[in-house]
Amino acid sequence: MSNAKLAKDFEKIVGAGNVMHEEADLHAYSYDSAVLDPQVPALVIKPTTTEQLGPVTALCNEHGLPMTVRGAGTNLSGGTIPHPGGVVVLTNGLNKILEINEEDLYAVVEPGVVTAQFAAQVASKGLFYPPDPGSQAVSTIGGNVAENAGGLRGLKYGVTKDYVMGMDFYDAHGDLIKSGSRTVKCVTGYNLAGLMVASEGTLGVFSNIILKLVPPPKASKAMMAIFPNVQTASETVAAIIANHIVPCTLEFLDNSVIRYVEDFTKAGLPTDAGAILLIEVDGHQAEVIEDAQKVVDICTKCGAKEVKMAETAEEREALWFARRNALPSLARAKPTTVLEDATVPRSQIPAMMEGLDKIAKKYKLDIGTFGHAGDGNLHPTILCDNRDKEEFHRVEEAVDEIFDVALSLKGTLSGEHGIGMAKSKWMEKETSKATLEYSLKMKRAIDPKGILNPTKIIGDV
Amino acid sequence: MEDLKQLAQNLMELDDQMVACMKCGMCQAVCPVFAETMQEADVTRGKIALLEKLAHEMVKDADQVNDKLNRCLLCGSCAANCPSGVKIMDIFMKARVIVTQFKGLSATKKMIFKGLLTRPKLFNTLTEMSAKFQGPFAKIADQASGAASCAMLNPLLGERHFMPLAKKPFRKDYPQLDTPRGKSGLKVAFYPGCVVDKMFPNVGHAAIKILEHHGVGIFLPKGQACCGIPTLASGDQDTMVSLMKQNIKAFENGTFDYLVTPCATCTATLHETWPKMIDNEDPVFVEKVKDLAAKTMDINAFLVDIVGVKAPAEPKKGGKVVTYHDPCHLSKSLGVAAQPRTLLKLSDNVEFKEMNEANRCCGCGGSFNLYHYDLSKSIGERKAGNVRDAGADIAATGCPACMMQLGDMLSQTGGGVEVKHVLEIYADSL
Repeated sequence: MSNAKLAKDFEKIVGAGNVMHEEADLHAYSYDSAVLDPQVPALVIKPTTTEQLGPVTALCNEHGLPMTVRGAGTNLSGGTIPHPGGVVVLTNGLNKILEINEEDLYAVVEPGVVTAQFAAQVASKGLFYPPDPGSQAVSTIGGNVAENAGGLRGLKYGVTKDYVMGMDFYDAHGDLIKSGSRTVKCVTGYNLAGLMVASEGTLGVFSNIILKLVPPPKASKAMMAIFPNVQTASETVAAIIANHIVPCTLEFLDNSVIRYVEDFTKAGLPTDAGAILLIEVDGHQAEVIEDAQKVVDICTKCGAKEVKMAETAEEREALWFARRNALPSLARAKPTTVLEDATVPRSQIPAMMEGLDKIAKKYKLDIGTFGHAGDGNLHPTILCDNRDKEEFHRVEEAVDEIFDVALSLKGTLSGEHGIGMAKSKWMEKETSKATLEYSLKMKRAIDPKGILNPTKIIGDV
Repeated sequence: MEDLKQLAQNLMELDDQMVACMKCGMCQAVCPVFAETMQEADVTRGKIALLEKLAHEMVKDADQVNDKLNRCLLCGSCAANCPSGVKIMDIFMKARVIVTQFKGLSATKKMIFKGLLTRPKLFNTLTEMSAKFQGPFAKIADQASGAASCAMLNPLLGERHFMPLAKKPFRKDYPQLDTPRGKSGLKVAFYPGCVVDKMFPNVGHAAIKILEHHGVGIFLPKGQACCGIPTLASGDQDTMVSLMKQNIKAFENGTFDYLVTPCATCTATLHETWPKMIDNEDPVFVEKVKDLAAKTMDINAFLVDIVGVKAPAEPKKGGKVVTYHDPCHLSKSLGVAAQPRTLLKLSDNVEFKEMNEANRCCGCGGSFNLYHYDLSKSIGERKAGNVRDAGADIAATGCPACMMQLGDMLSQTGGGVEVKHVLEIYADSL
């Protein structure tokens, strides 16, 4: 069927003006934030109500049209890069917060709600939605759930999956499936909502999502600990947890990142430090004071050269300013930044850092590493220029080896960015042939024509 | 097809700058146009992707890309918020020049830019005639902002409530000036800009009063021309350079420490854009442009940072409530935000109150307002809403283009709010 005829059929569902098929528009939806080749879709469809998602999906299924659901397109593993000739279904028109329930501590949202806007709405009611991915100013809840997005608060508060209580979604045939509930406890049937988390759009199309809310912490305290080398910094991370203190945030910046950030921000960071940890504890006032002191003691005992406690809101802000500028500073240094998220058990951070150091030398690449040390989620960031074919080939080899090292340390391919197109070839290596087969069988049964974001995560069905 | 290849090759000049965009999409959070349309091609990341694809000949339809490229206010919100520090405004301006070289300028634009703007005398005569002619036809729609409507002009202006041309332009009262340094020991060149001259002469008068009050000498030469930004935004670099030449000639015989303007857009253009558009010019001219650009300063910033006007210890209470709208060219391009507020806070008879989203673009965007009025209007209505929510009697700002937009939006949403330049309010208090 011609694209023009198809476009007409979709227009019957979503209305005229909500189906794009001009060359420029199609190309504008051919990429996401991943450093991967763009793929041009045949159509871009923008539903204006969640109810339209059902018939849109059914029509795709009828024609065997691959569909890729897209929120803000901030994906870092290519999960929102469309299938060539398929359709992109936009959710940013589905952005209503349907309910914020202050008595029962939950919210119901449409998938296109922007994360930071949702968190701000929740905060205005005196409640707290903790997941805070780096892209939260633009990323959508639907995308966060599809990728199981993390953030800086993962260590204490968990990640997106810990806040999904239930969900309505459409299956490949366009039928509405319900799972989970507004109750804290619910064991009605399979945990299908759980299955949808991190499914990257390959198993269903999200309609409404029920999210857990929590009361905000009453107090918090932030500090910066300066270490002579990566080794002592990572030992400190392990020691803090071993002493049964769980900071809400425990972030790591290596020397290379410190120097780039300082270069760019002139924030007064110690450029001769081997590494720094940015730590924040929160909770009740008394608990915070006690925990903060314990953290200072542990840092000092483990070999910190200095621990700077933020005494005022401005000082606290200054500390997080440095962390927030890690990626921007690296991004300004070179044209292309390949941001990875290889993740290892906390105790393996020193070994991972050592591995990264060797890889950088071996492939003659500039790698800056920062990340969420508290949960072992590191972001080795390779600075390069992807127009330089020879260099980029070395980058690809280095990335392969980064995963080899992470897996050898009992780590994982992705802490928070997803598998998408970028890492599907590695799936079997981390899991097993049987795991992949099991996933493929499930996918075939649920989505026989393979229309739901094909090739992502588990490759071709 | 050969032409398209040439266009692609020319766009490749921008490749080094465009490759810095890592497609993170953070521009979505701050782009006023994207907030209205939610379309990727309307946000910076999408525009850069399309230009890259045109440069690499992956996209063939240059007209479509050009249309997308022009759906931009050039407000610079994205550049101010870009983690990678992509030189977005430079890319967009240069891309418009390259695409215009390929497509040619429309007949209307050619007539206005080359036939009118480059001939200030003709331009002045024509606007004076129009000012006389508009009198019987334009009807004041809102007394407070002074915005007018005119059924006869609807085919041209749509339903706009426009600022009528002044009966007597500023330069009729001040064809030229050259006063000595007073008690401040300072002397400035004064560049009122076209809109102040022809629509808001009171702003020019206020500037003169303030400068005289502070004992600042003024050099106001004849022969000033448009700063050229409307021509550059339409991709006509040649006309811009010829306007620069006229201005350089007008100012080159004066002695002054700074060049000040009451127009945010003119300030940003002279200070930032001019030096970027002279790569192929002769070295003597290049030096003169760089010199003048370095001396150019927003007049609010000049009064506070150089003359030393200080904020009062206690902000004034009582009187009309005034709120302040940050022009993009002041807050985002030049980082001037505190100084105009200082002037408002120490002005008698007004009480300053901050509005929500004060530094969000008003939606004017120069010729964007002409070609995309519906978008411009919906962005502006949000601004008008914020002004009203602040309970303001007066909306003050530092850019005459914003004043036009605020006047239109506030008038159309019920009127009753005055629109003034910060200088007018400060001058009244002296």
